[in-house]
Parts: sequence; C-alpha cells; structure tokens
Amino acid sequence: MKIRTFKRHLREGVKNIFRNGWMTVASIGSVTVTLLLVAAFLVIILNLNHMAEKVEEDVIVKVLIDVAASDEDIKTLGHNIKKINQIESVVFSSKDEELDNLIKGMGKEGKSWELFEQDNPLNHAYIIKAKEPQDTAVIAEKIRGFDHVHKVNYGKEVVSQLFEFNKNARIVGIILIVGLVFTAIFLISNTIKLTIMARSTEIGIMKLVGATNGFIRWPFFIEGMLLGMIGSIIPIGVLLAGYYYIVEKLVISVQIPFFELLSFYPFAWQISLVILLIGALIGVWGSIMSVRRFLKV
Amino acid sequence: MIKMENVFKRYQNGVTALNGVSIHIEKGEFVYIVGPSGAGKSTFIKLIYREVKPTTGLVEINGVNTSELKEREVPFFRRRIGVVFQDFKLLPKLTVYENIAFALEVIEESPRNIRKRVMEVLELVDLKSKARFLPNELSGGEQQRVSIARAIVNRPDIVIADEPTGNLDPDTSWDIMSVFEDINERGTTIIMATHSKEIVNKMKKRVIAIESGMIVRDESRGEYGYEN
Repeated sequence: MKIRTFKRHLREGVKNIFRNGWMTVASIGSVTVTLLLVAAFLVIILNLNHMAEKVEEDVIVKVLIDVAASDEDIKTLGHNIKKINQIESVVFSSKDEELDNLIKGMGKEGKSWELFEQDNPLNHAYIIKAKEPQDTAVIAEKIRGFDHVHKVNYGKEVVSQLFEFNKNARIVGIILIVGLVFTAIFLISNTIKLTIMARSTEIGIMKLVGATNGFIRWPFFIEGMLLGMIGSIIPIGVLLAGYYYIVEKLVISVQIPFFELLSFYPFAWQISLVILLIGALIGVWGSIMSVRRFLKV
Repeated sequence: MIKMENVFKRYQNGVTALNGVSIHIEKGEFVYIVGPSGAGKSTFIKLIYREVKPTTGLVEINGVNTSELKEREVPFFRRRIGVVFQDFKLLPKLTVYENIAFALEVIEESPRNIRKRVMEVLELVDLKSKARFLPNELSGGEQQRVSIARAIVNRPDIVIADEPTGNLDPDTSWDIMSVFEDINERGTTIIMATHSKEIVNKMKKRVIAIESGMIVRDESRGEYGYEN
C-alpha cells in the first residue's frame, strides 16, 4: 500500500470515530473495563506463578533418621535413597548441624535452644532435592518405606494450596475475561456497523468507480483498532501506577513468607504492551465481524 | 465492445427480467435503451457494469466475459466503465472538485494526475467556476454535470447513463445531452436508458427497445416509438 493511501485510511478511520459519538464512548468503555480485568488477572496469575516457582525451588524432602540407627544403617539408607532416579541431590545433615540451623532460624529466641547442645534431642537427617518439584510427594512416599526412617517431612501443604488457588483463579479469570471480550467485540462491531450505514452512499460510489474491496475495508479496520487501543489507555495507566505503588510502597512494609512479586521493570511494561495488543486485537476482530456482515463488497 | 448472446436473467425472487437478449454494440456508438417501466432496461444496464451476472448466456464487455470475472477483478473491470444515475449520487459534504477527485483518489491515482484530470473534466462540463461549490448550492443540471464529470474522469471506454435527464427540466436536459454528445465524439461508447421521447426523436441515434425482457426493436437513427 502506498503511504499516501495509508494516510487516507488513517484519516477516514479517525473521522469515523468522531462521527459515532456515544456509540464510540460505549465501545471504548467496554474495552476499558475488559482490559482492566485482563490486566489485574494477568498481574495476579503471573505473580502467583512466580511465587509457586519460588516455593517449588525451595521444596526439599527432609528424612529424619531413627535415633537407634547405627552409622552403617545410615550409610545404607543413604545409598538406597540415591538409587531413586527422580532425586537431584542428597545431603547428610548431622543432628548437631540440625540444631545449629534451628537456633539460627529462631533468631533471638534460639538462645534458649542452646541449652540442648549437651543433650541434642534431634535426629540425623538426609536433605533431598527433587529434579522436578512435582515428584516431591512420590519421593517422600518411597522413602517412607525404607528401614531406619523416623519421619519424612516436606512442604506438601504450601505447594498444593498454592497450586489449587492458582488453578481456581485461572478458571474464574478466564471465564470472566472471555465474556467481557465478547461484549467488547460486539459493541465495537455495532459501532462500526453504524459507520458503515452512515457511509453507505459513499461506499456505493466507491464500488461504482472501481475502488478495491481492501481499499473500502481499511478505514473500518483502522477505526476498530483505534477504538481498541484508546480503550487500553486507562487500563495501562492504572496498571503502571497501581503496580508501582504495590511493589515499591506496599510490599516492602509487609513481610509474608514466599510473598515476592515480580519487579516493576520490565514486568509492568511487558504487561502494558500485552494489554495494548489485546485492545487492538479486540478492535480489529470487532470490525472484521461488522465488515464481513454489512459490507458486501 | 459490448456483446450479449442469448442472455437470460432470472432474479432469486422468481422475476424474469431478461428473456433471451442478443446484441452487439461497437466502440464509439451512442445507443438509447427505451421501453416501458419494468421491461428490463435497468437489468440490461446492470449487466454491462456487472452489478448483476446473467443467469444463462454470454455477456462480454471490452472482451471480458463477466460471468467468469472473479470478485476481486471486478473493481478493475469497473474502472473502464463510467456510470451516471438519475439521482446524481453526489456526496453532499464534498465540493464539486472533491466529488470528482474522489473517483480518482479511491483508485489511488497520484495527486498530480488527479488535479490535472479533474480540471480537464471540469472544463469539459463547463463547471470550472463552480469547483468549490457544494452540491446543494448547484442546480439539478449542474449536479448532473458533476456526476458526468465524475463518470468520465478516469477515461472509461463506456459510459452508462440510467435516465440521466429523468429529474431535469427540458432545457437543462438538452445541456446534459450536449455534454454526452461531446463525450461520444471523443470516442467513448454511450449507453443511455431514457423515457424522453423528445430527446430520442430529436437527437437521432441507435435505439434499442426492450419489452418484457426481449429486444423488440433495434434501429440506427430510430424513433422513441411510445406515447410516454
């Protein structure tokens, strides 16, 4: 397409937007609402994923060894554990090391535990990391069957709860967004239908003097795309400001384990771009529907 | 140039508009299409600029069989045909100049050619002085001249006119007819459907009469032949 022609289509598209008044406002509004939700949803889902990954990386299986086990027994157990192929690493941690860790982890209150240094009540342990975090439960189950195992611990609850929540959030979000996207597409295609009706004489003349179908359609695609992109301005603004506030101001003051958000840059900007593209896509889709149905060129 | 052989046209609603029409029109001819309302004149005209396709039979325009024309080729086919209507079909918000230029803009002519061609045709239809007027500031005859200018601005081989003087008073009609005659003298084929006995009988040309979808008369320098 010639640049001159493209400029013409752009001009016509912009003109159409102003021609339709309230219908334009309504369709931009619906895109705005849709994209606000899409943005919130994306931010939540991606952050949950990020947190889940973090937690998964931290998931270890701790095998507490029976107090009665001899050094020989402990070695045999270690060999057996290493034979499980889903395992990435096995580290032995003596009960003294375990106590040290405990004391360190408790901070100030750990002092009182120092009393136990003489008579350590803890068990020796093997600390195991899985190759794939999903295999954690399987590994734990296998080790439970071995001799001289006192107890097998892993962060089962945290992981499964996080996965469950993530899954539910995804389903609800997707249903909501699909519904809203279709509403937005419907409103845009209606707006464009109005434009097509208003310009029917013009379109008739264009056909008569030999304008190609593509030439006739372009301004309507541009109108749709612009409606979608204008609709994404507010969501992007809210996203950037809101996420900045949450990451830089809010999160720093609250301390929750595993609660670590994706950093503002580049995450917020990537999402903004995605929102803009979704807006444009909704608009183009709406116009394609209208053009196909009402513009028998 | 225009060739129809045994053309039938039946619309989806069951109306048979043309019932076996065969005709040859050569380059540079001036032809009146006459006949009662609903006889098939409009369908005959629409077949030429491929607004409709024949149900059976052959329609060949400028060597192109319109039945075999692909949808995306139609725009390019139409660029060689100019069409003028009874109701002018001008865009009310555009000036005379812009209305004519529009026909060239949408086929992506260069701005320089557009300016040159529009001025040429404005000269031809004698409206140079009113280039900046809006259609509603013009008389009916002037508006029709604008629409003729638009029809010929990309130098078509054929100009089709569907009752171009139907909305005009007799004096103005003669103005319009002389414009068509000018265009015809420059070598453009003109096909004009008309109900004007006066025009047909005074400005003698080939007359094709259509009744009930059939050609009942085809005479060079013919008469109108109906009592209006």
